[in-house]
Amino acid sequence: MTKLIHTEEETMLADSARGFLDGAAPVSHLRGLRDAGKTHDARLWRDMAQMGWAGILIPEDAGGSDMGHAAAGVLAAEMGKTLVTSPFLSTAVIAATALKQVGDARGIAALKSIAAGEATYALAVDEGRKFAPDATEMEAKADGNGFRLSGAKTFVVDGALADRLLVLARTGGGLTLFDIPADREGITRDAQHMIDSRDSARIRFDDVAATGDDVLGAVDDAMTVLRPALEAGQAALAAEMSGLAAGAFGMTVAYLKERKQFGVPIGSFQALQHRAAHLWCETEVTASAILHAGRALDEDAANATLAVSLAKARATATAQLAVMEGVQMHGGIGMTDAYDMGFYMKRARVAAEWLGDYGHHAEVVAGLRGF
Amino acid sequence: MPESTDLQEFRADLRAWLEQNCPPEMRDGAASEDDICWGGKQFRFQSDAQKDWLERCAAKGYTVPTWPRDYGGAGLTRDQEKIFHAEMGRINARPPLQSFGIWMLGPALLHFGTHEQKLQYLPPIARGDIRWCQGYSEPGAGSDLASVQTRGEDRGDHWLVNGQKVWTSYADKADWIFALVRTDREAPKHKGISFLLIDMQSDGVSTRPIKLISGASPFCETFFDDVKVPKSQIVGEENRGWDVAKYLLTHEREMISGGGQGLQGGRPLGAVLAEDAGGHGLTDATLRAAAMRCEVDALAIGLTLERYKDKAEAGGGVGDASAMLKYMGTELNKQRHELLMSAGGSDALEWDGPLGNRAGDWLRTKANSIEGGTSEVMLSIVSRRVLGLPG
Repeated sequence: MTKLIHTEEETMLADSARGFLDGAAPVSHLRGLRDAGKTHDARLWRDMAQMGWAGILIPEDAGGSDMGHAAAGVLAAEMGKTLVTSPFLSTAVIAATALKQVGDARGIAALKSIAAGEATYALAVDEGRKFAPDATEMEAKADGNGFRLSGAKTFVVDGALADRLLVLARTGGGLTLFDIPADREGITRDAQHMIDSRDSARIRFDDVAATGDDVLGAVDDAMTVLRPALEAGQAALAAEMSGLAAGAFGMTVAYLKERKQFGVPIGSFQALQHRAAHLWCETEVTASAILHAGRALDEDAANATLAVSLAKARATATAQLAVMEGVQMHGGIGMTDAYDMGFYMKRARVAAEWLGDYGHHAEVVAGLRGF
Repeated sequence: MPESTDLQEFRADLRAWLEQNCPPEMRDGAASEDDICWGGKQFRFQSDAQKDWLERCAAKGYTVPTWPRDYGGAGLTRDQEKIFHAEMGRINARPPLQSFGIWMLGPALLHFGTHEQKLQYLPPIARGDIRWCQGYSEPGAGSDLASVQTRGEDRGDHWLVNGQKVWTSYADKADWIFALVRTDREAPKHKGISFLLIDMQSDGVSTRPIKLISGASPFCETFFDDVKVPKSQIVGEENRGWDVAKYLLTHEREMISGGGQGLQGGRPLGAVLAEDAGGHGLTDATLRAAAMRCEVDALAIGLTLERYKDKAEAGGGVGDASAMLKYMGTELNKQRHELLMSAGGSDALEWDGPLGNRAGDWLRTKANSIEGGTSEVMLSIVSRRVLGLPG
């Protein structure tokens, strides 16, 4: 029966991930990339792929380790703790889950290239300021046996550097998901200068040709493939955010013990103790929703929507609280660029918006709970 | 992971038993506090169905499903317990019995009691024969609980107890009380307290109900005037009662935190509010947004209770985290009732008006973040014991 505690395997995975990331990708790694004007470290991603992280959701016969969504969440949370930048969510979670829904020979080949760390993907869904897949306006007009795609996408996370794009577009009778190479003729990518120093792009499609083979799943039925992929991504992003909150919280508690004012550690003041204790309570409650979402996806993916939206909503609220409290309790030093807390705050803001904000997911919860 | 064959069998048997034994009248999830079966010598059953339901469950050990069979329970494992609650929930069955004996004293006796004490005290709790109350707080010992002054003088084969307790829930309806009594006045305050079990029928025990802002009087003052308590009625060692008291408090806090689901028995708050709005849905945007936030938090806190139970079963222990559960659960419950009042509008403002006792229930919840340790005490526990902050 489902247990809301981590298995021994998951705990070992977390420990080994932490060991690797503390060496290869502490927060200073992100700072270094930012200072160098970069958003991606190809070697880091290759190392991750070699450890099997790129294939964590991919079946063994396609070269993956197939450990499941709870395990993917464990990795995402460890990455979140030190704000590790990588195409893990876009490629290993979202694209891999979408491709798994198809399962034809081409899909298996694509999964193999993901597991091997050879191909990276980005999900091009958003067109306006808010996540709203159903409101997609970009058109894919039928053209002989194929389609012509025209329109614009924004906030395509990992989109400036990805090898391939999953593009959601409106077709004659609904929405269709396309899987196309990012360098196809007619595609223009403009990197966005994001506050979290990560890769994101605005992408224009000018009469881009696509064939029936480029369609993932069925024409006019994107959601059969996309919904599981989005939910997997939302759950893993929530896990990353819970790791982010834990990282910011850990820094803050350490600072409360070490910083002295009025001759004593500031952590001896009840006003700060209660702020910190409240924050810890929130992180504990959110941790339950995160693990529950991973388990729900692993056990009954078709009915995991409530669990996933609950996790993303809670993770969003908690991560935002953690960074706000983090800066407040650090005082002035928390506002400086030289200190790491600002990186946490900026990533929390971007992650809050990606794949649906608090309001979006709270609406989903309310709908499924009958109001 | 699919359910094992053993568990599937357990579920099927349980489902059949419930179908046959849970009276239809008991399948309304206990809509109000008046429907709760508390047991005890003074308890008057609301109906034959309520009495039958208690007796049938008690015979199977289902009033305290996880307690050992020897002590009146059904000896269920954690997995079986989950199924038990799921199946009870499926038919919206009322809990057959609720009591401080089940929630608080039972777990403390299972941990600290002698075999004889367990045999003597636990089965009557499980059957609902004896109702217990809790003698902790005193006029001068609220958040500073360890400064209790009720004293017990050693008189050879018994203690002579004198003093006063306050906020004793349902003392006027209880048969026995478990109380913190100072048995060593020289020792440091945490080291001179004993945990005594006292028959409320003993000479010298009296109670006086306290009328609260809700109009109800669930709390009492309890007075001890030269009460003789036999030496056998101590739990744990003499002067080590604080250990028992603290252990019991962690269970009390978990119990109070469960109040997050409120008396609607886990029904989504938004659905209740929408019903209030007369089937037009929740059109008030402010109320709807607040209800959504409340629902998200309620579900996550519910999962956290489950997660900590799983942790405890795996040997992790809940310990100081019960302060977190208590804090989060009670603050949420207060919010829920604020929203219920808001949705009820002027209909909620009358005593026994169109929405029943909604105002009384709302006022009652204000005690949630005080009783069993205030929210501020909970945050201080987390701060010191979990986060290791100084002072």
